[in-house]
Amino acid sequence: MSWFKRKKKGILTELSEQNDMPEGQWVKCPGCSAILNRRELEENFLVCPKCGHHFNLSSQRYFNLLFDEEAYERHDEHLTSRDPLHFEDRKPYTQRLEAARKKTSRNEAVQSATGTINGLPLSVAVMDFSFIGGSMGSVVGEILARSVKRAYTEDRALMIISQSGGARMMEGALSLMQMAKTSAHLTRLADKGLPYLSYMCNPTTGGVTASFAMLGDINMAEPDALIGFAGPRVIRETIGQDLPEGFQKSEFLLEHGFLDLIVDRRNLQEEVGRLLGLLMA
Amino acid sequence: MPNNDSQYLLDFEKPLVELEQKLDEMRTLDANNLSIDLSEEIAALESRVKELERSIYQNLTRWQRVQIARHPLRPYTQDFIDALTEDFVELHGDRAYGDDRAIVGGFASFKGAQHGYADQTVLVLGHQKGRDTKERKFRRFGMPNPEGYRKALRLMKLAAKFNKPVITLLDTPGAFPGLEAEQRGQAEAIARNLFEMAQLPVPIVVVVIGEGASGGALGIGVGDRMLMLENAWYSVISPESCSSILWRSWDYKEEAARALKLTAPDLVEVGVVDEIVPEPTGGAHRDPEQLFTTTGQAIAQVLHDLQALSVPDLLDARLRNLDQMGIFDEAPANPSVAAPTS
Repeated sequence: MSWFKRKKKGILTELSEQNDMPEGQWVKCPGCSAILNRRELEENFLVCPKCGHHFNLSSQRYFNLLFDEEAYERHDEHLTSRDPLHFEDRKPYTQRLEAARKKTSRNEAVQSATGTINGLPLSVAVMDFSFIGGSMGSVVGEILARSVKRAYTEDRALMIISQSGGARMMEGALSLMQMAKTSAHLTRLADKGLPYLSYMCNPTTGGVTASFAMLGDINMAEPDALIGFAGPRVIRETIGQDLPEGFQKSEFLLEHGFLDLIVDRRNLQEEVGRLLGLLMA
Repeated sequence: MPNNDSQYLLDFEKPLVELEQKLDEMRTLDANNLSIDLSEEIAALESRVKELERSIYQNLTRWQRVQIARHPLRPYTQDFIDALTEDFVELHGDRAYGDDRAIVGGFASFKGAQHGYADQTVLVLGHQKGRDTKERKFRRFGMPNPEGYRKALRLMKLAAKFNKPVITLLDTPGAFPGLEAEQRGQAEAIARNLFEMAQLPVPIVVVVIGEGASGGALGIGVGDRMLMLENAWYSVISPESCSSILWRSWDYKEEAARALKLTAPDLVEVGVVDEIVPEPTGGAHRDPEQLFTTTGQAIAQVLHDLQALSVPDLLDARLRNLDQMGIFDEAPANPSVAAPTS
């Protein structure tokens, strides 16, 4: 018996997964400024044990957290973005893509997988804000559409975990059309009576909120996430005054009737399992 | 007819309009004065006008097209409704919060007979901009609030109930980015429309008539066929906002317009737009009557084609069409199975 037996499998993942947190054994919580031990934080699903702040969680960690036995099949990792518009602002889009791939060790801003949760079949897609702001271009739209398709052709429930600045500017109208594409596939899932759970993380804005993220049968969000259509800066400039405290936060959306539940990540597996158990039994 | 009021002139229109004014003066002079024959000079000037027109409008930059799409004299949704339909009855309100004046809609008789098809009842709706300061404010610059999208959805569901086709006209700088819009669920309202329009069991023809920015346009823009006027623009964001985000300055709107590839020919190339509706030389505002005829013809033809399909075929084709939106690379699949990592 080793002294350092891992209590939970799959918690310590490769370094490339940890790019949203600074290196080192100690991490300062942006929520409450407490100095946290990295190992403890990771055992706590990257939620600050002091204030409940949710650090970004990678797709792999979400898969491990949700699927039974941490067993699942990944899909669509072989899709890569092209540069259909030859887009160039201060930097060419191709360079931005290359940098994002290097930084995240991922091909794109969403990853998909299938597996089971409490024995129930589930298709999951997880967006990743560290890849060009989690923005949705052709590949992201296609992977999401395939995740929905996989759900309705294989009789699975669907869960999409969103974290995105919205549609990707560098693919112009093609990005915009991904909103319609993903939403259109959701109609077929609904026809089959299969549940769709949407879980919105910090931040979820723009064309992602204004399409599949708001279309869950059950709309859920992590605590204190920024969720909206227009960004706070744009709204402030439009109306010429400061925004009220808590505006566009999860709790605000719950109060205004656009969320069913705010779910702490530490309870996510349990909550999703319970909901799907009720709906798919 | 071209309106020569100089306050409405775009920079690149000025030389042309000045030349046209000169031509008009000469014609008047010629008509009033029998002793001088100016016909040769007039003919020469006419050909110069034509030439100048060609040189200006054949090589429009993307930013110039954006300017034409925003021309203050450009026909708006209500003008199209007046020209293409009869007996329009505007319907109001979302039955939940209010009536949004940035979107107008209602039932009307589409004048298909003019184009060789039958007249028929349609549901027509679109973003509405205002002509003067007062009306612009009243129409919120064509930027809808959630109740606008919800009104549109209510009307489209009525169209489905009475089995009438839907024509939507897109002309917005975007959904309104306001505090109340967010409170009342701008994102949810747009998302709901995308979902419902994808399965609305009647034909939907979408026409981009002016500006088509972002989810604010798409919120009434999902359908079976996408038509776009020659000088309209359609993209994920306006050139100005794109400039402010990517260049961190408002000064790069021309570069942003170029980068976004937002013109009708650009969008045909990437498969987003099905058909370009040609505009009169110089833009829709220089000859609205001609534009209405061309647009009416295009819509009549598309409606005729779509109405030949059964509802299941129509909806399958709509989903297939949306499904193939996007351009990307796909390497050979190599699915990996993650086993427990102990």
